[in-house]
Amino acid sequence: MRHTISVLVTNEFGVLSRISGLFSGRGFNIESLSVAETLDPAVSRMTIVTRGDDKVIEQINKQLNKLISVIKVHDFTGEEHIERELAMIKVSSNQENRAEILSIVDIFRAKVVDVSPRSYTIEVTGDEEKLRAITELLRPFGIKEYVSTGRIAMARTPKQR
Amino acid sequence: MKKNGAQTFIECLIKEGVDTVFGFPGGAVLPIYDVLYDEPLRHILVRHEQGAVHMADGYARATGRPGVVIVTSGPGATNTVTGIATAYMDSIPMVVFTGQVPTALIGNDAFQEADIVGITRPCTKHNYLVKDIKDLPRIIKEAFYIATTGRPGPVLVDMPKDVLMASAEYKYPEKAHIEGYNPTYKGHPGQIKKAMDFILSCKRPVIYAGGGIVLANAAEELCALAVKLNIPVTTTLMGLGGFPGTHPLFMGMLGMHGTFTANMAVMNTDCLIAVGARFDDRVTGKIDEFAPYAGVVHVDIDPTSISKNIRVDIPIVGDVKAVLKDMLKHLGAAASLREHKKGLDEWHKQVDAWTNAHRLSYKQEAKGKIKPQFVIEKLYEATKGRAVVTTEVGQNQMWAAQFFKYDKPRTFITSGGLGTMGFGFPAAIGAQVALPDATVIGIAGDGSLQMNIQELATAVQYKLPIKIAILNNMVLGMVRQWQEFFYDKRYSHTCVSVAPDFVKLAEAYGAAGLRAKTPDEVVPVIKEAMAIKDRPVIMDFKVDPFEDVYPMVPAGQPLNKMLLV
Repeated sequence: MRHTISVLVTNEFGVLSRISGLFSGRGFNIESLSVAETLDPAVSRMTIVTRGDDKVIEQINKQLNKLISVIKVHDFTGEEHIERELAMIKVSSNQENRAEILSIVDIFRAKVVDVSPRSYTIEVTGDEEKLRAITELLRPFGIKEYVSTGRIAMARTPKQR
Repeated sequence: MKKNGAQTFIECLIKEGVDTVFGFPGGAVLPIYDVLYDEPLRHILVRHEQGAVHMADGYARATGRPGVVIVTSGPGATNTVTGIATAYMDSIPMVVFTGQVPTALIGNDAFQEADIVGITRPCTKHNYLVKDIKDLPRIIKEAFYIATTGRPGPVLVDMPKDVLMASAEYKYPEKAHIEGYNPTYKGHPGQIKKAMDFILSCKRPVIYAGGGIVLANAAEELCALAVKLNIPVTTTLMGLGGFPGTHPLFMGMLGMHGTFTANMAVMNTDCLIAVGARFDDRVTGKIDEFAPYAGVVHVDIDPTSISKNIRVDIPIVGDVKAVLKDMLKHLGAAASLREHKKGLDEWHKQVDAWTNAHRLSYKQEAKGKIKPQFVIEKLYEATKGRAVVTTEVGQNQMWAAQFFKYDKPRTFITSGGLGTMGFGFPAAIGAQVALPDATVIGIAGDGSLQMNIQELATAVQYKLPIKIAILNNMVLGMVRQWQEFFYDKRYSHTCVSVAPDFVKLAEAYGAAGLRAKTPDEVVPVIKEAMAIKDRPVIMDFKVDPFEDVYPMVPAGQPLNKMLLV
């Protein structure tokens, strides 16, 4: 099963290789990884998407916690949370299909961030499913380049008062 | 007053209570060696950096105090890697200080540069590159704190030469505070109660104790619990000495070369109490058939050890000493304990029957070749077991584990996890440096000993009266045994009969050399060796090259499928 795990780490050199080395050394896989500083510049957050059975995920959580540089580990699986990725898609365009592309952009609440006579560059944010859907719709026009971030996630605030 | 980095470093070590360092100088650590010239603390000059790390390791295992190593950058640092990995696998507290090229040159492929922090990341508990002298005292404090607390392990601190030469005011911190590091010491009371209720409800319990007992200094508590509950005990290789080897409840070691009794007991127990052990493959054999009838209680300070290899029914995360103490507090009234003990009579009868069916054995013929087990038994008799024994890796290690009885923790020192040939001899040096009055015996194979034989010069230099007993079979015995059993006796590259004359070699280094070729020469040689107090002695026992280690559970087989003598 796929899990999205958020890891707070001390923001110091080498910490990324401690995490990635743990995954490679123990045969765990990383599907995506995104890293950035938090509001506290001494702390970074890594959001890791990984896959494994319960036993593997339990080990991943424990092994991450064991690293001295790791402050906190949180597995979002099984709780209400929001996941987002951002993609930039450069798609071929011409006079005939511009309107059609723009309507897809509109439907997905995406943005055109660069235009040339033969292409549009589209920025789109969403969960994995949405990104896959827009990609499939744009594919027939000819995707010249596709760049996406890793996933980030945040727990939803409980609705009760 | 301002001090330079090297002075600060040495003063921090002294404040940390370090009395001995093992090291080898070089360009990047010249500032440190300049401070050491005035002998602020004892420095043992080794002949190869790997030796330094194994010595620090032996020092740590013999005393429980962290071993400390100083080496230079580049090759000095890379030579420590095997030693660090050895300590990491066996959770030995150690701090290794490496010199590094000046910060401005890092990444430039400078002379004697190696990214030792990168290289040792997977085999240290943590490591540091000191980039600013202001951080040095804090990092040293943290390094010792991390190495010695929780599940212990080696920590490496890489110090660029310019940091060692820069000056700054410094204050050694009283305490280390690391946000992401808070080991759990106290076991969960609910889990402990659950475990005790379960244990008292079982009829065929077994205690399986590992190196954690020794690391946590919990031998007394373990023994108290076993005796109060009348539960038979087996230990891992690393756990030997953690429970008295001569105790009537002791079944011997379990696993690949464990006793018939211990392995059969584990395969039939309804309650396996694992304490400070990690279900290593050499212990479990075929994992899905291990302890098939057992409910498993697992006490360990490292949460990653729990449910890593086998499912655990009652996990307890905590320091084994603290948890065992709490378990003892849970024992009910004497009357109910008596009742419980009576219920175990059948089980003890069964355990005794297994013991009587197959004991560890070998046959020494008076006119035959010397049997290696015979040598170990005679060493045991000569010292009455009052010795610190280190081993190399292979057959010598297994016979030392089987035929010497260890009644006290920290008297059996061996590379269990990594299985490092070349470990035992420098570890013996480290143990003897730590315990000058102890009898330290290094049990060696002729193959292993040659992997760090250069340290004989170190042992001679510091007049260390270590007794090295070579079980000289002129082969790489354990590998040869596997070739005999599983590779159709095709003895590929395991014959090392081209070897030095170890007696002459000892003499060439200024040590004493003795040899026994026949069984009747064994005891006199041991006696003579024990009388030598001013230098190391090598005893070269020419043993039967075709002797095998029994019992043996072939790799991948369940524990009850033992090859017996």
